[in-house]
Amino acid sequence: MKEFVLIFRLNDTENVKPSPEQMQERMNWLAGIAAQNKLADQGNTLSVTNGRTVKPGNIVTDGPYTEIKEFISGYIVVKTDTIEEAVEIAKANPIFKLGGNIEVREVVKRS
Amino acid sequence: MQDNSAAYPELLPHLFRLEYTKMTAVLCRHFGLQHMEIAEDIASETFLKAMESWGINGVPENPAAWLYTVAKNKTKDYLRREQLFEKKIKGAIKTPGTQEAAAVGFTPQIIQDSQLAMIFAVCNPSNPPEAQICLALQILCGFSVAEIAAAFLAKTETIKKRLLRAREKLRQDQFQITVLQEKAIAERLPTVLRTIYLLFNEGYFSASGSQLIRKDLCSEALRLALILTDNKLTNTTETNALLALMCYQSSRLEARENEAGESILFEQQDRDLWSQELIDKGNQYLVNACTGDAVSKYHLEAGIAYWHTTSATKKWEHILQLYNQLILLEYSPMTALNRTFAYAQVYGNEQGIAEAEKLQLTANSSYHALLAYLWTTIDTEKAMGYYQQAIHLTTSATEKKTLQRALDKLSLK
Repeated sequence: MKEFVLIFRLNDTENVKPSPEQMQERMNWLAGIAAQNKLADQGNTLSVTNGRTVKPGNIVTDGPYTEIKEFISGYIVVKTDTIEEAVEIAKANPIFKLGGNIEVREVVKRS
Repeated sequence: MQDNSAAYPELLPHLFRLEYTKMTAVLCRHFGLQHMEIAEDIASETFLKAMESWGINGVPENPAAWLYTVAKNKTKDYLRREQLFEKKIKGAIKTPGTQEAAAVGFTPQIIQDSQLAMIFAVCNPSNPPEAQICLALQILCGFSVAEIAAAFLAKTETIKKRLLRAREKLRQDQFQITVLQEKAIAERLPTVLRTIYLLFNEGYFSASGSQLIRKDLCSEALRLALILTDNKLTNTTETNALLALMCYQSSRLEARENEAGESILFEQQDRDLWSQELIDKGNQYLVNACTGDAVSKYHLEAGIAYWHTTSATKKWEHILQLYNQLILLEYSPMTALNRTFAYAQVYGNEQGIAEAEKLQLTANSSYHALLAYLWTTIDTEKAMGYYQQAIHLTTSATEKKTLQRALDKLSLK
């Protein structure tokens, strides 16, 4: 069994505060992974308002924004045999309705 | 002396269990865990004497007081012999934890404290859960080895061995039983609650064993949890949540089975048979449980059980939300299946089937039973196939019957 981090990205801060229906949808999706016993870590949501980016030369900028206007809104870790399976799980997430995307990356264990 | 000897065959087993466990708890606390056997011997001898004496003279007016007097005297005799032995054979090993020849007391407070201490002593985290349940049944609930074996559908020999190993661990444990330390209580409370929870579930969900024994397990679990509410250190929100859960579940005990001993599915139960008294108690404990911020699995399960007692229109939405939280807290195949059932209630059978198929619990009979249930309104052939699978996989005779009935109903369509 391998572990994969699912990294959620949004590009519109308007969509960060979810409606109760959106919350329910997300929760159903997450619990659905847990119900398959494929959730390694339920991860966290990352704050949009309270963020800084630290750069070389003591430069600290406000916000989590990278060059493109896209930011990471959260992550979870799933455990599946293959990356394809992790991708299938990601496909069912409601984030795409908001124009967001999900990056799937295998966790490389430090040995 | 009253002559109610005719009633005594009924009276003794019940009295035996309850008073035996109280008596051994007090005596164990007196002698220390290392000498558990001495405590049990004295208690057994006391009850043997009761059987002899009551059989001839009738049951005394206050049987419990009679028992305690005899136990007290037997303890005195034992300690006198022991002292004599120690005096005569100098250098005899004096084991720490053994109390000096102080008289043993059986006041309600001592009994209550001893029972609580015994619960914590028995729920030793170094024993595996199934051994803990066996120990709890034997030491805390006064069940015989044969009764435990019947409850678990196991061989008496297996249970005996399991108990022997577990008791050895208890003796080696340095658990301080005389004075319960706050820290020890905090550390062990989760294990204690888990053992009570499993004890209850064994009675409530196991599809095997006699109905009588199973009901006994449920009421014993409730009794133990109630002891916890009597002490402020153990009367936590989690304890109350567990009690609420057990009250809600118990309220349906009478409605779950028909006269032939066949189980009745939740939706087909006669709600008039649900015990409103126990539901009210459950509500009361759930309110107590919600005074803090802590949300344990007992809170979530009690919440689910609460919604099941209502007929609110949005109840399945609430149940699904609680199951979502529960599955995130702790995975179990049963929780996964129950969550999927709730999901289907909210989003319809077709979406439910898609969600169920992801679980791939193909070796689990309940998985096939769930799919059979969901397919029933959509495709009878498929539903029948799943019922056959479920019947093939289940090891419980009661469940087989219930599934067969569902299958027969479908074939008539």
